[in-house]
Amino acid sequence: MRRFSWFNATSLTLGFAFLYLPMIILIIYSFNASKLVTVWAGFSTKWYGELLRNEAFLDAAWVTIKVAVISSSIATVLGTMAAIVMVRSGRFLGRTLFSGMIYAPLVMPEVITGLSLLLLFIGIGLDRGVLTIVLAHTTFSMCYVSVVVSSRLVSFDQSLEEAALDLGCSPLQAFHLVTLPIIAPAVISGWLLAFTLSLDDLVIASFTSGPSATTLPMKIWSSVRLGVSPEINALSTIMIGIVTIGVITASLVSKSNVARQQREERAAERLSAG
Amino acid sequence: MRRLFLIAVPYIWLLALFLVPFIIVLKIALSDAWLAIPPYVPTLDLSAGWAGLKDFFAGLDFENFVFLTEDDLYWKAYLSSLKIAAISTFFTLLVGYPIAYGMAKAPDEWRPTLLMLVILPFWTSFLIRVYSWMGILSQEGYLNQILMSLGIISEPLIILNTNTAVYIGIVYTYLPFMILPIYSALEKLDASLLEAAEDLGCSRFSAFWLVTIPLSKQGIIAGCFLVFIPTIGEFVIPSLLGGSKTLMIGKVLWEEFFSNRDWPVASAVAVILLLILVIPIILFQRNEQKQREADG
Repeated sequence: MRRFSWFNATSLTLGFAFLYLPMIILIIYSFNASKLVTVWAGFSTKWYGELLRNEAFLDAAWVTIKVAVISSSIATVLGTMAAIVMVRSGRFLGRTLFSGMIYAPLVMPEVITGLSLLLLFIGIGLDRGVLTIVLAHTTFSMCYVSVVVSSRLVSFDQSLEEAALDLGCSPLQAFHLVTLPIIAPAVISGWLLAFTLSLDDLVIASFTSGPSATTLPMKIWSSVRLGVSPEINALSTIMIGIVTIGVITASLVSKSNVARQQREERAAERLSAG
Repeated sequence: MRRLFLIAVPYIWLLALFLVPFIIVLKIALSDAWLAIPPYVPTLDLSAGWAGLKDFFAGLDFENFVFLTEDDLYWKAYLSSLKIAAISTFFTLLVGYPIAYGMAKAPDEWRPTLLMLVILPFWTSFLIRVYSWMGILSQEGYLNQILMSLGIISEPLIILNTNTAVYIGIVYTYLPFMILPIYSALEKLDASLLEAAEDLGCSRFSAFWLVTIPLSKQGIIAGCFLVFIPTIGEFVIPSLLGGSKTLMIGKVLWEEFFSNRDWPVASAVAVILLLILVIPIILFQRNEQKQREADG
């Protein structure tokens, strides 16, 4: 595919303007001095100050981070296990049901996942709070993790693991020393995906949390339903900033990893040729 | 032993927290609403043994599903969800295709950056991305300010809290799902095929219609399903950007549960929604399968 024409340039410019302008406007107006969000009244950082003094937001942020860290970590372990089962275990009783349960949450509307988990928690008499949100988030994000990890496992050369076993490794050692380092990038991106899904989730958290635990998206939700607010603009700017830094760092790290790998491969080729 | 452990742990987790909750939804959909805690009957009384089980099954019926067909709110909401999902999928394709096409034609050294720019919004909060349009589309919002200062309109347009705002919100938030599969299909396209078409007398435009579009068909289909399926049950976008007239089933389910506190009807709404989703999901799976076979 060649011939980059003025038409392509225009569609890219307009397309990316559409994707980014709303967020850029949000960021600019978070520095607006006026309480009236759509009228510019000079530069000010006062909404950031208001935000940092708002206990309810800080509490919600803390709950959200706690839930996201715990649920994404459990989800990564369970999802990686599920991926190994799917790719490696061959046939076992109920395999179809297992893979069905892995893929179904990916396409299940959030309202249904939330409703069904809530009914379960009420049915078994579990008090709703941080624990129930963690259980809910772990369940749907482990499926995302297992999809990410299994796509890496499929392309992984199994003879490496067999070689380790032949050379006297126990299966557990072979997993630690050979398999895990190779699938590590996929496991890390699985964790990051699970973490962001948990940070982002409004619907499932609203169903599964009780009065004792409010997450940040729930807090944002109850405030934006009343209209645009300068404090939410400030909060959004902080969140967009963190994500942008994270994604750019991740892409730079993976770029330098690829470069190092290529250097090592070239060095190995020179050695074997010489 | 080790293998058993590896299979059992995620299996039991999913059974307990995915399958069992779903069976509970099915059961409650067949129950009757009741002013008690929990607010439905029958409840399974295991201590009563066999007789309790018989009473339990005798108490289940399809009344809630009959109710869904009688009150026209529900089938209107299902139809309107399907309509909104279809229209916004079409517009997402219209906006997404040129972007994917431009990316595929861009110089090699730009592509990683362009790809990152498409993926970046994925990682940003969905809620915030929807919210960002509230300030743009409201009556005294930025769009109306610009259009009025340019003298294009004299009265502010009413966009927020209409279906138009819902379409804009869906196109905006789901655009990456459309761009990525189309881009990956276009990227694999062999440029010599287009040259051949032109050598054989095709105009650029007809070469596009006869070669590029058919060869990116799989990507288009995948992108459309990836937008269409999740939009049907969408809740955040119609609640924030839509108005009181915007009917979408995700919103109806939410209100049935939280405002009306009618759990059996909410569960019945959920069961029907899933039945509706099964068809596009199976079609999507087939398309993916075909794609994998084509790739070898």
